[in-house]
Amino acid sequence: MESDNQGKPSQPAKKGFSRRSFLQGVGIGGGAAVGLSNELLAAPQSGSGARVVGPGPVRVALKINGRVHNLEIEPRVTLLDALRNRLDLTGAKKVCDRATCGACTMIVNGRAVYSCTTLAIEAQGKDIQTIEGFTTPAKMHAVSAAFVENDAQQCGFCTPGFVVAAKAFLDRHANPTMADVNRGLGGNLCRCGTYIGVRQAVLDAAREMRGGRRA
Amino acid sequence: MPSKYDYPPADKRSLIGKRITRLDGPVKATGQAKYSYDMNRPGMLIAKMLSSPYAHAKIKSIDTSEAERSPGVKAVVLMSKVDGELLWEGSEIAAVAAETEEQATDGVRKIKVEYDVLPHLVKEEDLSKVGANGKPSAEQTAGNPTQAFAASDVVVSEGYYGIDTITHCCLESHGNVVEWEGDNCTVYASTQAVGRVGGDLAKALAGEAGFSGVQPANIRVLTQHMGGGFGSKFSIDTWGIAAAKLSKKAGKPVKLMLDRDQELLMAGMRPSDYAKIKIAAKQDGTIVAWDSESWSTGGATGGTLPPIPYVFTEIPNRRLRHVAVMTNTGPARAWRAPNHPQASFLTCGAMTDTAAKLNMDPLQFFLKNLNLTARGDVYKLELEKGAELMDWKSKYHPAGQGSGTIKTGVGLAVGTWGGRPHDSECRITIHPDGTVLLEMGTQDLGVGTRTVLAIVAAETFGLPLNAIEVRIGDSKYPPSGASGGSTTVGGVSASTRRASIKALDKLFEAVAPTLSVTADKLTAVDGRVQVAGDATKNMTWKAACAKLGTSNISEVGKQPARDEGNLNDSGVGGAHMAEVEVDTETGIVTVKKVVAVQDCGLVISLKTAESQVYGAVIQAVCNSLYEERIFDQQTGRMLNADMEFYKLSGIGDIPDIVVHMVQGTYDSRGVIGLGEPPAVPPTAAIANAVHNAIGVRVSVPMTPARVLAALAKGGRA
Repeated sequence: MESDNQGKPSQPAKKGFSRRSFLQGVGIGGGAAVGLSNELLAAPQSGSGARVVGPGPVRVALKINGRVHNLEIEPRVTLLDALRNRLDLTGAKKVCDRATCGACTMIVNGRAVYSCTTLAIEAQGKDIQTIEGFTTPAKMHAVSAAFVENDAQQCGFCTPGFVVAAKAFLDRHANPTMADVNRGLGGNLCRCGTYIGVRQAVLDAAREMRGGRRA
Repeated sequence: MPSKYDYPPADKRSLIGKRITRLDGPVKATGQAKYSYDMNRPGMLIAKMLSSPYAHAKIKSIDTSEAERSPGVKAVVLMSKVDGELLWEGSEIAAVAAETEEQATDGVRKIKVEYDVLPHLVKEEDLSKVGANGKPSAEQTAGNPTQAFAASDVVVSEGYYGIDTITHCCLESHGNVVEWEGDNCTVYASTQAVGRVGGDLAKALAGEAGFSGVQPANIRVLTQHMGGGFGSKFSIDTWGIAAAKLSKKAGKPVKLMLDRDQELLMAGMRPSDYAKIKIAAKQDGTIVAWDSESWSTGGATGGTLPPIPYVFTEIPNRRLRHVAVMTNTGPARAWRAPNHPQASFLTCGAMTDTAAKLNMDPLQFFLKNLNLTARGDVYKLELEKGAELMDWKSKYHPAGQGSGTIKTGVGLAVGTWGGRPHDSECRITIHPDGTVLLEMGTQDLGVGTRTVLAIVAAETFGLPLNAIEVRIGDSKYPPSGASGGSTTVGGVSASTRRASIKALDKLFEAVAPTLSVTADKLTAVDGRVQVAGDATKNMTWKAACAKLGTSNISEVGKQPARDEGNLNDSGVGGAHMAEVEVDTETGIVTVKKVVAVQDCGLVISLKTAESQVYGAVIQAVCNSLYEERIFDQQTGRMLNADMEFYKLSGIGDIPDIVVHMVQGTYDSRGVIGLGEPPAVPPTAAIANAVHNAIGVRVSVPMTPARVLAALAKGGRA
């Protein structure tokens, strides 16, 4: 595996090393060897100066909620596992572990990402925001407050992912319709069946964040 | 007879039955709630499990030596023995604990197992193909069905009804964090039963080397928050026992949570049910006879006869035969209202088809036969209310009628559940500074138990909700039953009410002299203790508690308790109606609206009660249309043990849902559990709406492929 110089912005996501893009490479190439040679193996041979690191632990610096954390982890460690297992940031949950359910959602450079399918080394130099970074029980973000008010949680295991995804969505779509909410939060799944509350919570939070009053 | 322990009458309730925001909301909506999966204990190891890749096999040999030498690995335990039989894909073989999750995964990969692969059966819908795995398990006859079906004045409806298995797919997978200190052990368990799993673990470890001193009292179980169980999380499970052994062996805390595929393969399954059903009814709609040949699987133990005919149990002439089919798939666990959703689907489906054959509106047909049910008054009220909220009259049409390629339809179904309250003890402590502590060894699965406890205590003391400190989710508190079968709310509300009244009586005795009355003349309202009928003679709650000097009041309330109030009951009814759209070109079913009318006696916490009903309906949308365990008979494997292809509904799949709680009419019965009841009828209501739309019966899940196949078979494609 390779890594750019720490601290520098990484390459665009589609050229990175998330498991999803790796799998896509395999699929398109029709075999692992083809995918690897294009994306990973060719780079060092081409003399681009990129470094091969791992498979043992390497130093990884992550900027999380405005603070830089230095970790010694294997390059295969996901962003989610790095935060949950090494930094005790457990708001994001490990559920499907396959970029389906959204319980692991974090905001990376302003966009919602599935952290279970993002490698920690790839998140270096990026601005990582987790639920712990913008809302607490004592000072709830408008999204959290609206989730509580609308009973948009039961067991609550999907809830942090929904709250983070909703914040990322509302940061870009200040005035959504119900249909927008259905699309914008379509990447998160709930098992208890809290969607009715979630929908209303996101609409209420949007109004609150625009400075409006609640109905 | 009225009792001082009874809940206050409607006009005296300030919190009970109101829309109260749940207490656990803020910690959950900010990611601060700590689940078992979130526990990071000092020095903790992470464990992973090796599970069987075969649906049926015998273990010839296991070699863990390479795994034990693998970097970071600290302990390995076997969960199956050589010569042990593995009866389903996912069966537990061994577990590995290592310093990191990645190292544990590597360790598991280095375990070498040789298998004798044996024949398997993983599909049971076609009874003709199950061979010796199908065993007749029940036969019942009442009245004279042969004669009743042969009578000249009856119409006979005959149909096939199928509902597949589903898997629980709890978002927090099953598992525990286990930590030993000598013979004492703390288990952070993802469980529905903090009072039970410690005893289970002690029993499992008894006789094992190194655990001779371990008694149930040595094991403390903690569950502050739990990420979904739905009936599948009562046991310590083999993986909990393995975690305890790994932890002891390594001398460090161990976390073992199932991987997602393991969760779907073996940690939760609702049995299937398939049936050929005949109903005979007179021209006026009176049902006279029932005949069913049913079969089902619950995995390796086969499947039991569902409670059919359901709700309409008093059909005079009945014949039932059932075949239990053993399949090599993960074992059945209780799912909300075990066997009832299936029974409702079979019965209400066959009844709807009978109504269609009689050219009757099913609403009229169901109403006509309510004398065959145990609570006709409840169902009449609910069906009529549901019809009004659904606008049934204008939406109903004879089955299969309608032009165009998009067909609409409405369907209805009913359900029932017992929900007899479990045993419970509550300790209430009033401190001289006025603070109130409530302790109980129950657990809040996210249904609102904490909130219910606080509401009952605060209502009794005339205090605001936040004046009660609720401590639960810990086996060291007074025992309360496992949370399953809708037994919790009735039990914990009663023990809390009784403890609160007892504690309040003690407080009244302490302050009565100051107010120059006897204790029985005092009431607690609006944060004051005052003389009944003379509000001018009062003291604040705080001042009253100050009279306690330096001693606390600590009282325990129990459920059951003879002569201490009429606080709970069992047995409820619910009626649901659904409206769907079916695209006959693509086979896609869209649920447009569901109306759920539900009785549960006295409602304590209206907001979380409604959420239970919303959630049950949404789960029914999932399992009616999307959830499908896809097995390959050739390999014996589940092809979709993941969340990408084992589909749950997303936020955009959810219809308008109208929840109507029957409040007031049955309040005097006390509190009755609500977790199961609304989970019963919605699948049947949706399936009946699809039948109404397209005029043919589709098995559940009603996937596009199945809808198109049913249309083709019915000559309607």
